[in-house]
Amino acid sequence: MAQNVKPRDAAEVEQAINEAIAGGKTLEIVGHGSKRVIGRAAQWDMTLDLSGLSGVTLYEPAELVLSAKVGTPLSEIETLLAGSGQRLAFEPMDYGPLLGRADGGATIGGVLSSNLSGPRRIKAGAARDHFLGVTAVSGRGETFKSGGRVVKNVTGYDLCKLLAGSWGTLAAMTDVTVKTLPRAETERTMLVLGLDEAPAGKLMTAVMGSFADASAAAHMPPTLVKRIAAIAAADGSVTAFRIEGVPPSVAHRAALLEDLARSYGRLGTLDEPSSRELWRGVRDATPFAAGGPSGGRDVWRISTAPASGAELGRALTERVRAEVLYDWAGGLIWAALPPSDDAAAGLVRALVAERGGNAKLIRAPASVRAVVDVFQPQAPALAALTKRVRESFDPRGVLNPGRMWAGV
Amino acid sequence: MAVAMPKLDDAVLARRAEIVAGLKHIVPGEGVIASEEAMRPYESDGLTAYRALPMVVVLPETTAQVSAVLTYCHREGIKVVPRGAGTSLSGGALPLGDGVLLGMAKFKRIRAIDFENRLAVVEPGVTNLAVSQAVDHAGFYYAPDPSSQIACTIGGNVAENSGGVHCLKYGVTTNNVLGCEMVLMNGEVLRLGGSYLDAAGYDLLGVVTGSEGLLGVITEVTVRLLKKPECARAALLGFAASEDAGDCVARIIGAGIIPGGMEMMDRPAIKAAEEFVHAGYPLDVEALLIVELDGPCAEVDYLLERVQEIARGCGALTCRLSNSEDERLLFWAGRKAAFPAVGRISPDYYCMDGTIPRAQLPLVLRRMQEMSAKYALRVANVFHAGDGNLHPLILYDANEPGELERAEEFGADILRLCVEVGGVLTGEHGVGVEKRDLMPAMFSETDLKQQQRLKCAFDDSGLLNPGKVFPTLHRCAELGRLHVHGGQLAFPDLPRF
Repeated sequence: MAQNVKPRDAAEVEQAINEAIAGGKTLEIVGHGSKRVIGRAAQWDMTLDLSGLSGVTLYEPAELVLSAKVGTPLSEIETLLAGSGQRLAFEPMDYGPLLGRADGGATIGGVLSSNLSGPRRIKAGAARDHFLGVTAVSGRGETFKSGGRVVKNVTGYDLCKLLAGSWGTLAAMTDVTVKTLPRAETERTMLVLGLDEAPAGKLMTAVMGSFADASAAAHMPPTLVKRIAAIAAADGSVTAFRIEGVPPSVAHRAALLEDLARSYGRLGTLDEPSSRELWRGVRDATPFAAGGPSGGRDVWRISTAPASGAELGRALTERVRAEVLYDWAGGLIWAALPPSDDAAAGLVRALVAERGGNAKLIRAPASVRAVVDVFQPQAPALAALTKRVRESFDPRGVLNPGRMWAGV
Repeated sequence: MAVAMPKLDDAVLARRAEIVAGLKHIVPGEGVIASEEAMRPYESDGLTAYRALPMVVVLPETTAQVSAVLTYCHREGIKVVPRGAGTSLSGGALPLGDGVLLGMAKFKRIRAIDFENRLAVVEPGVTNLAVSQAVDHAGFYYAPDPSSQIACTIGGNVAENSGGVHCLKYGVTTNNVLGCEMVLMNGEVLRLGGSYLDAAGYDLLGVVTGSEGLLGVITEVTVRLLKKPECARAALLGFAASEDAGDCVARIIGAGIIPGGMEMMDRPAIKAAEEFVHAGYPLDVEALLIVELDGPCAEVDYLLERVQEIARGCGALTCRLSNSEDERLLFWAGRKAAFPAVGRISPDYYCMDGTIPRAQLPLVLRRMQEMSAKYALRVANVFHAGDGNLHPLILYDANEPGELERAEEFGADILRLCVEVGGVLTGEHGVGVEKRDLMPAMFSETDLKQQQRLKCAFDDSGLLNPGKVFPTLHRCAELGRLHVHGGQLAFPDLPRF
């Protein structure tokens, strides 16, 4: 039975890690555990529960900055920001639906550790682009800081970038500072109905190269359309574009987008509440929700060159019978595959490699995650560098060993 | 030179002729420069107060040559300093007398432009502006725009994580690069990221960006291209007090407006700029703001009205909106010429680069005036107001004994003040050699050691650009030792290996 350690403050985090080092134990780092089942199925001696480090410590809307303890619930931060007309522009997704966990379970630390983002990634960047400062305890048991609380800073190496997306394998963060941005005054979503993947891909490329300045672009094949309430009434596929901003700007750009899209197919529009609902669904990949019709499928998250997305999606559909959701104008593919012993990892990665990109196995039974690479395998020189980077923070492999790659 | 550099390696210097020959074998023709006269242009970068002739200059043309040069230097224990166009303002490309200066100027090709995926693949010696020019015909551009963009190179931009006046809205280099090819000090060639948004594994590109040439040598960069905004208009706003201008900036952001650019100048900077370029700046104000909105014309017009209302509410004495492209450029002309304008009123000036939480601006300006009196040196301020990045220009005369030293001390005091009020030592110019010894003002020994351990993961020999960024050099073996803290070790006397 794994022991659970729940520090009350940063000093106790340092203490816990030092004890683990001294005792030769490995630690699993968790916040609220909402993404606990992502990663290789590995075993750890103890759990380091950071949910006790909670609370916003600084929020200055005019400076566009917020600091919080690492276990602060994301929902608490989002509510606070909304009160000042702001948000986290990178639109962090909620893995709750996909992984069959309660909605809203994320902490700010988990969001940053997994470098989450959502549909607005194409315009606003990912968590890493908004991560300004950090205090963390390395796997050496030492507390260090990097970055600061200002939005422009090049003093020393940008360790925030490195910690973002490191899944707790380098350090246990205790305090973080992120950039906040104003919410858009209004939003509207334009729909283009009935397109196959290829023309949808072409249209998304055209829109992203236009003055429409879409803050999200996604394509949903007919099967998936039925699973998102905001668009379920549509007949056939839906290609959707979100336009955000001040009212005159939104009206102008929506008209521009209509002109651009008219020759592709029938047009539709979603008002603000429906628009929000749609993009929450796309953000959280709800068509593949654990409790839904595809809940038993294995789910891959694939990052590729946007203009290759449609073709890659087509290949995944034909070769591995995937259901495919396209976000980021084609640059992000969610692929849900019928259950198998290896989630078709070899074929999926070969198809991705032909077009450039990487694939992460987000959802699969532990037995599958124990035998396939969950994270993209790396070329030898890069793998060796990754290992050295890991060891520079955590030479004994105390923090989340094996979560990203075996032996790292 | 006020800063100590690593001790010259006499053994390496004694082998200079052999090393030059070895390098000529790798980079034939005119790619190896060894005569003092021809090396002279490389003796400093944009921080001209610091100079040193390199042992030899090498200008490779291919990744294979870069790899071979680094492999050779790694094997032979020779230090290497990478250099782009040499426009660093912090001495990042300052040569070492016993080191190879690796100039990347011959990597000038734009390898691919991909409008569908909105990216360009360029060699590191391509200038920042050349990228935008190459894609201008299709209505795209590369967003980061450091003021040296006509000369500075993309490789240098990645090394320094360069910003520019538009970075509050469009981000700095790290937010606008997708991938790179780089060569490690041991000669290994790596690819990070690519033509897609989320890279796999650790965000090594994120940490290489802004690493000041200490982690690897960039040989190719994939940059994001953005659609050029349809319209841009600017407001010129004058205030009786810097507090009012600061308040105006806060209220603009508070109203949910993120301008494309938002610049502030203080009275000495306004006066110098106006006398130089006659931009029509008001001379009866303490602070001048240039607020530029860009995007769809309908949006720009709408938001500019709002900015004007906010400015009036903050007691703006001057409020002019640009009504033509010429007028917009005229508003900017003074700001863009601020450095040379200050250069006209003083024999020399020293440009600082701290960032502060914006609300601290009035306090920082007041304290700076006190320091100005103490050091008997004038100071003019230009300020990226949106993101709190302050560029105080300290006016001095290098021919007056002691003035350079006083200016440097004044500058160091300003940077310590920036850190004291919650800011940082450098917003966009980098640490280099210039701010190296101030790093302990912001970072603890533990912080710096962790950064140096990361350096060791990329370069365990410590041969790549040593003497920059870190005030104390440690050997990697020493840094790698695990010290167990706080007496929690179960068996403190147990030998460890």
